Amino acid sequence: MTQYQNLFTTVTVEAPGHSGVELGPGNSPRSLDPPLHYYWLGKIGNAQIGPIYLGGLGLASLICGLIAFNIIGMNMLASVNYDPIQFVRQLFWLSLEPPPPSYGLQLPPLNQGGWWLITGLFLTASLFLWWARTYRRARELGLGTHIAWAFAAAIWLYLVLGLFRPILMGSWGEAVPYGIFSHLDWTAAFSLRYGNLFYNPFHALSIVFLYGSALLFAMHGATILAVTHYGGERELEQITDRGTASERAALFWRWTMGFNATMESIHRWAWWFAVLCPLTGGIGILLTGTVVDNWYLWAMKHGVVPPYPEVFPAVVDPSLTSGVKP
Amino acid sequence: MAMLSFEKKYRVRGGTLLGGDLFDFWVGPFYVGFFGVTTMFFAGLGTALILWGAAMGPTWNLWQISIAPPDLSYGLRFAPLLEGGLWQLITVCAIGAFGSWALREVEICRKLGMGYHVPAAFSVAILGYVTLVVIRPVLMGAWGHGFPYGIYSHLDWVSNVGYQYLHFHYNPAHMIAVSFFFATTFALSLHGGLILSATNPKPGDVVKTPEHEDTFFRDIIGYSIGTLGIHRLGLFLALAAVLFSALCIVISGPFWSRSWPEWWGWWLNMPIWR
Repeated sequence: MTQYQNLFTTVTVEAPGHSGVELGPGNSPRSLDPPLHYYWLGKIGNAQIGPIYLGGLGLASLICGLIAFNIIGMNMLASVNYDPIQFVRQLFWLSLEPPPPSYGLQLPPLNQGGWWLITGLFLTASLFLWWARTYRRARELGLGTHIAWAFAAAIWLYLVLGLFRPILMGSWGEAVPYGIFSHLDWTAAFSLRYGNLFYNPFHALSIVFLYGSALLFAMHGATILAVTHYGGERELEQITDRGTASERAALFWRWTMGFNATMESIHRWAWWFAVLCPLTGGIGILLTGTVVDNWYLWAMKHGVVPPYPEVFPAVVDPSLTSGVKP
Repeated sequence: MAMLSFEKKYRVRGGTLLGGDLFDFWVGPFYVGFFGVTTMFFAGLGTALILWGAAMGPTWNLWQISIAPPDLSYGLRFAPLLEGGLWQLITVCAIGAFGSWALREVEICRKLGMGYHVPAAFSVAILGYVTLVVIRPVLMGAWGHGFPYGIYSHLDWVSNVGYQYLHFHYNPAHMIAVSFFFATTFALSLHGGLILSATNPKPGDVVKTPEHEDTFFRDIIGYSIGTLGIHRLGLFLALAAVLFSALCIVISGPFWSRSWPEWWGWWLNMPIWR
């Protein structure tokens, strides 16, 4: 049974671009209209690029995002004495760090984390404006606001890391630095400081939803591609008027694992798995250091891990005797 | 029994790879087939061995049950059952069950006239598992390099192996793999959200069309990959995440045994910087 598996589009249709669904009054005109077409893009998806709706929210979001991006970049450039070669060479190692812990929640000088705070302000503004944009664009087209609320789940994780938890801990220094290796260092240090994040059940849940999302998208993407010769990729039509593509896709999973989603419900599974990943992750971060100081000891207390064998003599935590002044 | 309203006309004979008509039947909603039988054999035996191993172990605490691979001193030889031999047998059963499951999916694809994308994708996941418990241990010269079968013990393994390379986040393949995992989840939320938002508009509104989907994404970011393309993209992202995960662990040990932060020295010391 040789058949084409539809990995690439073999025949590109050349047709006039689609300028988009009509917008109601009060909207700006779209940019890049008439749209462009790019032949090779049409091999995997739509060949059409644009039009795009800029609008006030989009413009404000881009400006705030660019300001944040440039502050980070300029701080990194300053840290290598404005040497462009060293900037490229050390780019992954460069970082804009939050204030030292001694500043608590006060406003530090610019080169002591002040720039970091300003960056956070603009980046947060940019994200909120972009969120409002996703909400309003959906509403202007008469769509539901599911994407905006999924985006809100990601913003929640971002705010936990950079705002809520630092405030609860009483120090901006708790937050994540802006940098490639520096944010990875932060992650590793965070895990070590709080007794290995693998023992944090919300971290475990978050990973489950992360891997689960990859699993679901592999299953869903593969299933739809496997029934594209029955028109399976036209999901909205299949949802409202079930065709043989949906029936075969459903039966495939029913016969394989005894259970199947429907063409609509698979997208609810998808949405929830993706949304719960940052949602549970944010809860896990927020509890760390605020409610639970050591996840390994927490797991031991609750019988999740066995007691650690006594292989070393008892050690007193120095921070308990001398007190730690950050 | 257990049939959907439209199911009966799809339950036709044929499409089997092995066994002809012998196992060409359903049990409840499940298709059986030759590979259904082998799946049951391997999965049943493997589960029984895990239960037996748990019974021989110190605890019935679900979080703490663990079937560990043999000690490194056994190298690539067989170990006594309670010293890692169980782990070896369970690994054989797992690979047998996963392989049978994939081939059963192929038979179901053929029966339903579908493409082979799902079993192909599942094979990538199997490759990831085989990389962890066969390919890397063989390259490292001991089954003891496989991960233990237990809920928290496998997390301990991940943690310990990560710190053996000082800081695993600096592993370039790991960086790419994690990025692909995040990108997959991100894309899944966008796709799921888009379909739900078109199907569930404001109360009283009619369901929207693919033109609305395309317009939404073009309005937001200037490009909509389209109804077909998003499934290619999603499948690609998910499989790339798995493939780079397999790559990031198989190079740790066999091809790089120092700390991963050190690996980046080549970049800092390239002659072009002089």
